[in-house]
Amino acid sequence: MIVKQTNQKAWFMVLPVFLVVAFSAVIPLMTVVNYSVQDTFGNNVFFWVGMDWFKELIHSDRFHAAFLRQLLFSGIILAIEVPLGIVIALAMPRKGWGVPVCLISMALPLLIPWNVVGTIWQIFGRVDIGLLGHSLASLGIDYNYTQDPIAAWLTVIVMDVWHWTSLVVLLCYAGLCSIPDAYYQAAKIDGASRWSVFRYIQLPKMQRVLLIAILLRFMDSFMIYTEPFVITGGGPGNSTTFMSIDLVKMAVGQFDLGPAAAMSLVYFLVILLLSWVFYTVMSNIGENSSNGGGR
Amino acid sequence: MRLKNFIPVLYIVFLLLPIYWLVNMSFKTNDEILSVFTLWPQNLTLHNYRVIFTDASWYSGYINSMIYVSINVVISVTFALPAAYAFSRYSFVGDKHLFFWLLTNRMAPPAVFALPFFQLYSSIGLFDTHIAVAVAHCLFNLPLAVWILEGFMSGIPKEIDETAFVDGYSWPRFFVKIFIPNIASGIGVTAFFCFMFSWVELLLARTLTAVNAKPISAIMTRTVSASGLDWGVLAAAGVLTILPGALVIWFVRNHIAKGFALGRV
Repeated sequence: MIVKQTNQKAWFMVLPVFLVVAFSAVIPLMTVVNYSVQDTFGNNVFFWVGMDWFKELIHSDRFHAAFLRQLLFSGIILAIEVPLGIVIALAMPRKGWGVPVCLISMALPLLIPWNVVGTIWQIFGRVDIGLLGHSLASLGIDYNYTQDPIAAWLTVIVMDVWHWTSLVVLLCYAGLCSIPDAYYQAAKIDGASRWSVFRYIQLPKMQRVLLIAILLRFMDSFMIYTEPFVITGGGPGNSTTFMSIDLVKMAVGQFDLGPAAAMSLVYFLVILLLSWVFYTVMSNIGENSSNGGGR
Repeated sequence: MRLKNFIPVLYIVFLLLPIYWLVNMSFKTNDEILSVFTLWPQNLTLHNYRVIFTDASWYSGYINSMIYVSINVVISVTFALPAAYAFSRYSFVGDKHLFFWLLTNRMAPPAVFALPFFQLYSSIGLFDTHIAVAVAHCLFNLPLAVWILEGFMSGIPKEIDETAFVDGYSWPRFFVKIFIPNIASGIGVTAFFCFMFSWVELLLARTLTAVNAKPISAIMTRTVSASGLDWGVLAAAGVLTILPGALVIWFVRNHIAKGFALGRV
């Protein structure tokens, strides 16, 4: 670590960022807090209702259902994308013409606007005009994501894997590239198996990138809105109505400001809390294993 | 070794298939899309692209998106540079808390902010302007830019700063003449990520615009919901939104992996 000089004037350098982010974050957040404790009959007349919206929210089946769907979705996404990303990163070439080909084609899905990702999969999965839907139908598999909840879930999950696994791959690949060749040579001399090379050399080196990958993937999958909205619109029924979709329905569709604001705050706190838990747990694992390695 | 090469190839095929399908559709006529199932266009047509390039309500969307994304990248990078320097070189009251607070904004779901943003920007008369979307996107791009740049700057030895000050450089002159050239690739990577997250975001951009600054992605969703869907034009519009991203990747391809690696790793 670099020893940092104490200098309170540094605040002036941070000030522009602080002001812009405060403007875009604190004012809207205060508006949300404001709505969450008040009710209105229109005409901008508000009165205080205290914690009522929160109590209602905690006991609402709709919120429980959306929350469980969201947890399940993020869980599945992490369980698929993280191991898959590691496997692909391990298999990627380290030098030669394959590297730019891999990097460019893998980064491509990350830069497609999210609604276009939705559109691509909407088209791709349609039985009448899409390659995937058509192939499945001609194999005799009954697949229709607009009517069958399981097909809708599968479509959304495959789409997210398609869209975001590359982020895990690129991060892990960057971590792997930072391992000096000498480590592998030493392992070879010791006659280490493929698995122990992975377990004791590659995995520890990827730890920090993996932490970032898991955090980013968790946060973004927990906030997912646009892609499932384009593909399924939250349906069929409510089967793919995740938290953000439900929230937007409530706030913009029905204009229930109080409940929507209460839900926003709970939602935000849940993300903060879970991210913090992930961060703490993963950093602890990191410390323990690096202690173990030193012993 | 054969299996090892097989995995990335399979993955890339999986990535490119849906994109190929979109490109394929964009060169077909609507008749061909709906009536027969073909793996490549039988009657290659540029009609769909012609529609987009001649209809102002389509191509203005691309211009709008480009304008607010550029403004956002410029704001994010210029504001984040001094802040990242402060975080990487100095300790000051509340620095750790401030850094963490900045990062929490990256975790805020845009859905939470959509409605308050709409009210905030309407009340100050910025609704439906490019600057409103650009500033709104700063919510998640500025913290990210500070985070990535701080990682790059911490990799530059402090002796460079000290030598420059001994040589009589003032801070601004040192920063522009010596420091910025040293982290040029870091700035490139940061700009890439700001571009990426601003370009792909739809929810806030759509909420904050009506006509004058409407992004291309919002125009596409409008077309989807309209009756009498024009699949060919929709596919062409989709292909055209992929191109800027592909161009940007091409320019920064050597820095991507490095950027991921150096950005706080």
